[in-house]
Amino acid sequence: MGKARHDIDVLEKCPTGIRGLDEITKGGLPRGRTTLICGGAGSGKTLFAMEFLMRGAMDYGEPGVFMTFEETTEDLAKNFISLGFDLHDMISRGLVATDHVKIERSEIEETGAYDLEGLFIRLGNAIDSIGAKRVVLDTIEALFSGLSNTAILRAELRRLFHWLKDRGMTAIVTGESGDKTLTRYGLEEYVADCVILLDFRIEEQISTRRLRIVKYRGSSHGSDEYPFLIDERGFSILPITSLGLDYPVSTERISTGVPKLDKMLDGKGFYRGSTILVSGAAGTGRTSLAAAFADAACLRGERCLYFALEESPSQIIRNMGSIGMNLARWVKKRLLKFHSARPSLYGLEMHLVTVHRGIEEFNPQVFILDPISNLSAAGTASEVKSILTRLIDYLKMKKISTFLTDLTHFGVSPERMSEEISSLIDTWLLLQDIELNGERNRGLYVLKSRGMAHSKQIHEFLLTNQGISLIDIYTGAGEVLTGSARAVQHAEEKASEVERRLEVDGRLRVQERKREALEAKIKALRAEFDAESEELHLMSEEERKRQAVLAEDRLEMAHLRKGEPSAVRQSARKRSGKGR
Amino acid sequence: MKAVSSGKGKKAKTDSAKEIWNLRLYVVDQTPKSITAIANLKKICEEHLAGKYRIEVIDLLKNPQLAKGDQIIAIPTLVRKLPQPVKKIIGDLANTERVLVGLDIRSVSG
Repeated sequence: MGKARHDIDVLEKCPTGIRGLDEITKGGLPRGRTTLICGGAGSGKTLFAMEFLMRGAMDYGEPGVFMTFEETTEDLAKNFISLGFDLHDMISRGLVATDHVKIERSEIEETGAYDLEGLFIRLGNAIDSIGAKRVVLDTIEALFSGLSNTAILRAELRRLFHWLKDRGMTAIVTGESGDKTLTRYGLEEYVADCVILLDFRIEEQISTRRLRIVKYRGSSHGSDEYPFLIDERGFSILPITSLGLDYPVSTERISTGVPKLDKMLDGKGFYRGSTILVSGAAGTGRTSLAAAFADAACLRGERCLYFALEESPSQIIRNMGSIGMNLARWVKKRLLKFHSARPSLYGLEMHLVTVHRGIEEFNPQVFILDPISNLSAAGTASEVKSILTRLIDYLKMKKISTFLTDLTHFGVSPERMSEEISSLIDTWLLLQDIELNGERNRGLYVLKSRGMAHSKQIHEFLLTNQGISLIDIYTGAGEVLTGSARAVQHAEEKASEVERRLEVDGRLRVQERKREALEAKIKALRAEFDAESEELHLMSEEERKRQAVLAEDRLEMAHLRKGEPSAVRQSARKRSGKGR
Repeated sequence: MKAVSSGKGKKAKTDSAKEIWNLRLYVVDQTPKSITAIANLKKICEEHLAGKYRIEVIDLLKNPQLAKGDQIIAIPTLVRKLPQPVKKIIGDLANTERVLVGLDIRSVSG
């Protein structure tokens, strides 16, 4: 078996079955080789090795030998039970063989040359007894403290690793971290194929475990530090940083649970599988919006996982009852599942893993995390961002519609924290306080929403016992008014309108009267004018008559006198011509 | 199990009422190291424990499962089963002084 593998150029991999590890290593540990797991005390080396062995035996049909140099088989069995495996049962079924190698330096005297053939024989015997494919040596360094001839030890270790390779064993050896070297006794010198470092740190009283693949010959692998955690179900490593941006996208639209909000979003609501963020200060109704979305999802018969980091499930159910939302029925129907935990209860990774597990188990279509800002209590901003990125990527891959809420603080730009993850968000709703006239009201607007023509208007956000309603905000006269101010403004406007109308009416009447007066005046003047012209006419008529009479009189007089009649006649003719 | 016991074991009873030295030597096959160890052991016993020792040589190649019981790692390993407490000496027993110290023989013979 082993001989055949030497000829294979492409490295064959051995799946560990440890959640996440096979993704980072692109298939598992190098098959037929030895992998070194190093780390400080309590970093989880033994557990790692144990799970590798158990999964191999249970899931991949590869029995394994656990050779322990530290713990007795009894202690080992206890540890296995903590991971949910019954070691004794597995031993009796021939899936696992254990051997506890005990070295008491005080009992041992060294005289002359020796080798470690005894160890080889024990290991070989155990391997043969169950036909093992996997081997764990935990931790072989104990030899260094038990035996003093390091020259022999080193030569024998080298031989041991060759021997394991020749037998085609996929092996794990563990080693305690040294000061400057990966392991105290330089085990990394012998293990050339794969070295994994486990790290356990405590930062600000919150512990985080991290895993890094230091070396993996002949294989590409993720080089980041991957957070992991250990719980009652073993190891969980979170590898999902390297996901590409090739998510499956949906054109399906789903209701937000608030009809008016649907209308603001192109009339159809969110895209399925998109990531929605609601930012708002305390008491702006983030949770209510989230609950409305959950309610709508359950109404469609979908499953919704609600991660509450602020409130207990019963409190949320009660509070939402007060705005006319009955979430308890969905919980009963197993469509809605709450999970709440204090953010500081455990590290960020633990949260992420709990989320993962919840999703894997419940398989929801809608996921709500309320609020993400509380996560910052469990880690630094960049850690939170990295966690959220991975979470969102993961959810997108699963086509789960994700609803995140973010608590913003007074006096801080609402985009503060959110802007760091804004590129991950498809639809971003902002809930804003509008303080006016000693009153605080909520305004909601869509900051962005990818792939749809959304409303740009701020709507007033009201929580009533009938649920959430959005009201078009008063936007007249160049200002934005909400709440009672909006109502007052409406009333004021109405009143002033009536007043204005009355005023106009009055003016119109005045004008009408003025016009009437004017017309009367014009009439009077015309009458006067007519009278005058009549008089004038009469006067000129009289005058003409008088002239004519006068001329005749003169003619008569001249006639009577018989003197210079021609001259008089001439002038008389002229005058009469003018008068006509 | 391949046991080689000294023919002089019975003599020990008459020698003293003291305990029998029960020694067990683990070897693998007939390697030079094993042969040297067996020879060295016999020589030391004859010189210092004449008549009150018993040697058991165990070849792990034939009985690999026996290695577990006495916690054998190194080959060859000499185990002093009796008298108590159990002592172990690893190596080919070339350094007689150290073997004597390791087996606490000095005090007995001295």
